[in-house]
Amino acid sequence: MFPRPIEQTSPARQMLYKAALPVALVLWLLPLLGVAVTSFRPASDLAQGNYFGMPSYFAIENYADVFRNTDMAQYILNSFRLTIPVVIGAVALSTMTGFALGIYKFRSNLLVFFLFVAGNFVPFQILMVPVRDLTYNMGLINTTTGLALFHIAFQTGFCTLFMRNFIKALPFELIEAARVEGVTELRIFWYIVLPLMRPAIAALSVLIFTFIWNDYFWATVLTTSREAQPVTAGLNSLNGQWVAAWHLVSAGSIIAAMPPVIMFFLMQRHFIAGLTLGAVK
Amino acid sequence: MTAYWKANQRRLAPLLFLAPGMLMFAIYVIIPIAQSMWISFYDWDGLGERVWIGTANYVELADDDSFYTSLKNNVIWLALYLLAVPAGLLIAIFLNQNVRGIRLYKSLFFFPFVISQVVVGLMFAWFYAPNFGLFYKLTEILFGSGTAVLADERFVTYGIIVAGLWPQIAYVMILYLTGLNNVAPDQVEAARLDGAKGWRMLWYVILPQLRPATFIAVVVTVIGALRSFDLVSIMTSGGPYGTSRVLSYYMYEQALSEYGYRMGYGAAIAVVLFGIMMIFISGFIWKMWRDETER
Repeated sequence: MFPRPIEQTSPARQMLYKAALPVALVLWLLPLLGVAVTSFRPASDLAQGNYFGMPSYFAIENYADVFRNTDMAQYILNSFRLTIPVVIGAVALSTMTGFALGIYKFRSNLLVFFLFVAGNFVPFQILMVPVRDLTYNMGLINTTTGLALFHIAFQTGFCTLFMRNFIKALPFELIEAARVEGVTELRIFWYIVLPLMRPAIAALSVLIFTFIWNDYFWATVLTTSREAQPVTAGLNSLNGQWVAAWHLVSAGSIIAAMPPVIMFFLMQRHFIAGLTLGAVK
Repeated sequence: MTAYWKANQRRLAPLLFLAPGMLMFAIYVIIPIAQSMWISFYDWDGLGERVWIGTANYVELADDDSFYTSLKNNVIWLALYLLAVPAGLLIAIFLNQNVRGIRLYKSLFFFPFVISQVVVGLMFAWFYAPNFGLFYKLTEILFGSGTAVLADERFVTYGIIVAGLWPQIAYVMILYLTGLNNVAPDQVEAARLDGAKGWRMLWYVILPQLRPATFIAVVVTVIGALRSFDLVSIMTSGGPYGTSRVLSYYMYEQALSEYGYRMGYGAAIAVVLFGIMMIFISGFIWKMWRDETER
């Protein structure tokens, strides 16, 4: 194990390490802690210049204000209405593409695979004008559907990379044996491979959920109104309205950040398994 | 029909499975890349008639100061963003222990990556805010007068990059933590018996084993640096006076904001950014291709 396990060092060093951990953590999360505390600070504190002291009371009303006076609830709903179909769509498409690229040998296999991988890395701006135009011509500009369709297509690139590598690592003898038994290809996919892919599907789902929930660029390009804007874009417009109302900005930020954070803590192992795919051989 | 399917299903199945994903990906990703290149030769406001103007957009770009400012900022972003790799490794090494509660520490250190860049941008905007921001206060104590980072042409890009590094370091950290977990213990012990420790151990024994993690970390960091858009848009909208623009933001500004609807010109900027990124992407793909075909 590297570095040398701390249990093997002197008691003084162990003490030092255990003391350094919380200090480092507080420093690391300082911006987050600042915003979290500000979100519970009453407006009167900010007006009196009490930015860093204890809040004079625990102003849970900031959160109520955000929901009462703004469209935050609508934005959150829009985000869910966007994110969930994208997760389902992208995972469904990529289990199929991943299966095709991971199991079958055909001439253009690697070419198709690397097309997906490369497409996944391109700058969004090179897609912006045509995708906006396409969405507009389909009558889907400023709708959740239009935004979701794009995300499904784009995320298929990353998901295919993930699924294909996962399937490639499955024991191939299983499929060979099934073929010898005369099981059709469709059934092999549905009854043999798909059940084995459950961990990959879980990992991708949490990852894609977070990516899409946090997307801001496409939300601003393809949606403009409160009926369709997800919470990232909504938060930005609210930030424009709440000039210097930092207690509200903070509360709004915390609300917007909550769903992926909860998702992360619930599904931590899957999340990290998804992110670190390929980091070990 | 069924007989044909039965005889040829091994050949047809991959096509069938690929078709929906390929179709979507082609419509929304592959074809638009070509279309953008095409549009970059037109003068177009997005609605009216397109007028072919040849390379005029690129000629204008070559003489556009804002373009060079953005390009310069992109280079700064790229160079400084790569600091996330050693920084992430350092934190990973710091956290790679087995004391009580370490798992919670690891998750909390990873936290910034889970949060939307919009929220990260707002947090740092608050952190830097003139008069009461934590950072402003700190500079006031240290230098006598506070620095409003986001309103200062000299510091603004660096201020945004720091905000970007925060989640990026967390990402790299988690890659390395996974990598460290898989370092062969017997090799480490053997090296330790040979008297290797500290930096020499890290350099000669650990880092070579972390190579896959380093590769992914560099890929995601380079792509992340060149894609930077959210933070610039949230924190400064490219200001003050356009000094914190990057190519991705400048493109958006030209094509789709109150500054005008110059789709052709925006597309030309996008093509340049695409060209820059293609250099890196081809490198990554080349390496991955080699790994694939060697196996």
